[in-house]
Amino acid sequence: MQNTAKAKKQLQELFRKQRLAVLSTQNPEGPYGSLIAFAHTEDLREIIFATSRNTRKYANLSVHKQVALLIDNRSNKTADFRRAVAATAIGKNREIFKRKNSRHLRLYLEKHPYLKEFVEAPTCALLSVSVEKYYIVNRFQQVVELHLKK
Amino acid sequence: MGGKAFALAELVRHDVRVPDFICFSVDAYQQYVEATGLQARIQLEFFRKEFSQMRWEEMWDAALRIQHMFQTTPWPAALRDEIVQGIESHFGSRPVVVRSSAPGEDAQQSSFAGLHESFVNIRGTDAILDHIKLVWASLWSDAALLYRKELNLEVETSRMAVIVQELIAGEVSGIVFSQSPVEASQTVIEAVYGLNQALVDGSTEPDRWTLHRKDGTVLSCQVADKTNMTVPDNHGLRTEDIPPDKVESPCLSSTQVQEIFQIAEKLEKNFSAPQDIEWTFRHGKLFTLQSRPITTQIEDSRNWYMTLRRSFENLQDLKAEIQNHLIPQMIHDAETMYTTDLARFSDRELLLEIDKRKEIFKHWQKIYWDKFIPFAHGVRLFGQFYNQAVKPADPYEFVDLLAHTPMQSTRRNAMLGHLVTKLQRNPQLAHTLKHDPERLDENFKNQLREFHAEYGNQARGIADTPDDQNRLVNLLLEMASGNPNPAKVRGKNPAALEQNYFRVFNADQQEHAAEVLELARVSYQLRDDDNIYLGKIERAAVTAMQEYQHRAQQQDQAQHACRNYEEMIASLKEIQQAPRKGFPVSKTDSSYVLKPRQLIGQPAAVGVATGKAKVIAESQQLYEVKSGEIIICDSIDPNMTFIVPLIAAIVERRGGMLIHGAIIAREYGIPCVTGIPKATSIIHTGDTLTVDGHLGIITIHTEENDGD
Repeated sequence: MQNTAKAKKQLQELFRKQRLAVLSTQNPEGPYGSLIAFAHTEDLREIIFATSRNTRKYANLSVHKQVALLIDNRSNKTADFRRAVAATAIGKNREIFKRKNSRHLRLYLEKHPYLKEFVEAPTCALLSVSVEKYYIVNRFQQVVELHLKK
Repeated sequence: MGGKAFALAELVRHDVRVPDFICFSVDAYQQYVEATGLQARIQLEFFRKEFSQMRWEEMWDAALRIQHMFQTTPWPAALRDEIVQGIESHFGSRPVVVRSSAPGEDAQQSSFAGLHESFVNIRGTDAILDHIKLVWASLWSDAALLYRKELNLEVETSRMAVIVQELIAGEVSGIVFSQSPVEASQTVIEAVYGLNQALVDGSTEPDRWTLHRKDGTVLSCQVADKTNMTVPDNHGLRTEDIPPDKVESPCLSSTQVQEIFQIAEKLEKNFSAPQDIEWTFRHGKLFTLQSRPITTQIEDSRNWYMTLRRSFENLQDLKAEIQNHLIPQMIHDAETMYTTDLARFSDRELLLEIDKRKEIFKHWQKIYWDKFIPFAHGVRLFGQFYNQAVKPADPYEFVDLLAHTPMQSTRRNAMLGHLVTKLQRNPQLAHTLKHDPERLDENFKNQLREFHAEYGNQARGIADTPDDQNRLVNLLLEMASGNPNPAKVRGKNPAALEQNYFRVFNADQQEHAAEVLELARVSYQLRDDDNIYLGKIERAAVTAMQEYQHRAQQQDQAQHACRNYEEMIASLKEIQQAPRKGFPVSKTDSSYVLKPRQLIGQPAAVGVATGKAKVIAESQQLYEVKSGEIIICDSIDPNMTFIVPLIAAIVERRGGMLIHGAIIAREYGIPCVTGIPKATSIIHTGDTLTVDGHLGIITIHTEENDGD
């Protein structure tokens, strides 16, 4: 079983190496899943991503602030049952104003420089999830919760 | 093809006579595990815990499950046909030896002899196919897992070749070290009548020759005191007496000794390294069975675990010693101490008595480690034997067959249960017991005394002091208020399982099957009872210390280290009590709070239960357990299991499918999960848990995550 420092380090390592995450949003018809490119703040309190404003996920995000994100390092082999780490982040989303040197924009483009044109388009929104807690799964079934208090 | 097969091929190339053999390469293993999905299942077997955290017992459990997977997974048709063709065209109906040939198995730097399996005198295609799978399974044996680092054992890349070799039923067999491990100028030959097995497993003392390496001059010849030999029969191997005229004479003639020496000399030259060679003489012809470099045994604590794997014959001898001598002596020592009136000793005599009792305890503690723990392997041996014969769907079905073997702990619990039933049926009696025990009827008082006399001084914490008796009363009342679990038959009936077990054996195999089962029953019983008896001796030693402490307190002598029962136990065992570490919480930044949610361990007893956790750090806390609680402990021993009828589930830090907690949980039909690292510090008293004994998962509920 991990301690807090190790858990944080594990998440930071995981987020550094993974580029994509699964975003879960919801609408009156039910839940919805999307693949997104993400960045994160070093203190793990925010996860940043971008989306076109014309997408279903944006519509969902605008109505329901509560979201979940899944980030994992699966290799798609059976060894994953022993070695894969998966983190589910639970939190509330908000749209970020895209000022040129904003911290959020800078973090995002450092990780995804190829998405510069996409993110800077006026029809693209930059969003941040303020994470309330992480569920971290190791070894298939071992789960810990990391709560981020204000 | 692996080390052994390569060596055999080289022997053939150098015109050395070897038994006819065929090698099924590592590709056959790879095809099998991939086509059947077994590779993924083996991968999944190791998800529960890091190897570095596993006890040997947990490795043994994993190895048994993997062996069971191989035993019960059918052959892919094409692979089977290819292997059958190879076997039948090569050997026909001749008996064979099926042995491992793993890459790196016999490398020069280190010895891994005995880590993988070999099977002697296997007859018939189906049996050979079964044993090929067993040899493959031994790639993941408990011993191989212990030495996994040295073996570079990885699910993705480790593979095993198999040699099927004609059985040469030699009249004399043995080994030769072309260079003695203890004297470099010498060659050593060891020989036994019959097959090599008795030499390899240490059950027969061999005749021994040392020779001068340079010219083969015999320097010494020691003729062993030998009485029996191992020979093949229709179903395997048996031990038979050596003819009287051969008992005192050397196994080998001087000509034969020289012939062996010359082979050793030749092979050392061929392989450019001193060789460890197995050989056999049949009808005057010398066959070389195996040749490998002489290697250094790895000397570390893992060797002790290897000594736990005993042969059936060895366990039978141990059984006789334990039943006929050790247990009666242990009971006698305990009863002698309990009938000694400590009050009549002077202070000085009492101190001498304390020292004497400490020495008695240490004597029996040593016997416990040297004899009783190895004898517990009888249950494991039965498990492997049962699985090979019956091929059950559940690899631990053999434990269900052994269930309800009479044990001291279940007898004790039945006696407690009888008292509880009386209280439940008579509320007035319960009221009197609680509020005015002096007015209890004599019948009930006698039954309480009888319980104390029989078990009161065995079970830790149940003893003769007024405080302890009050605790017992409170426990009885708590049990009476709830619905205590009776020991019940769960799932399959042991009698039905036993019938089915004997049904798979031929008439001439029944006797051996019965002997193995009987050995298992005694082993199963003893591994519980020995703790009860040892607890009694431990308690007797502590009682003497308590008497001294009581006198010293009355005489106002304050310099006592032992202030409570646990400290006395620690001083008795000379254990330093380390501070318990709690679940680590970041001290520097309390804005991040880590909480366990789901823990994984071994599913040691099936069932599912939800309830409040009660962490047991000291034995006296057992008396605080409430009906329906889930006990969390480092390890439960039979002296603690009197509360099992009260509880909903058991969670242990110590891992294993055959540990006491698992056994008693099965007896009572409650779930048990073992092998949870730091269980007693991660889980807190009062936590709401769900214990899933089917999957081996503990879920810790909080208000926030309830319903997740």
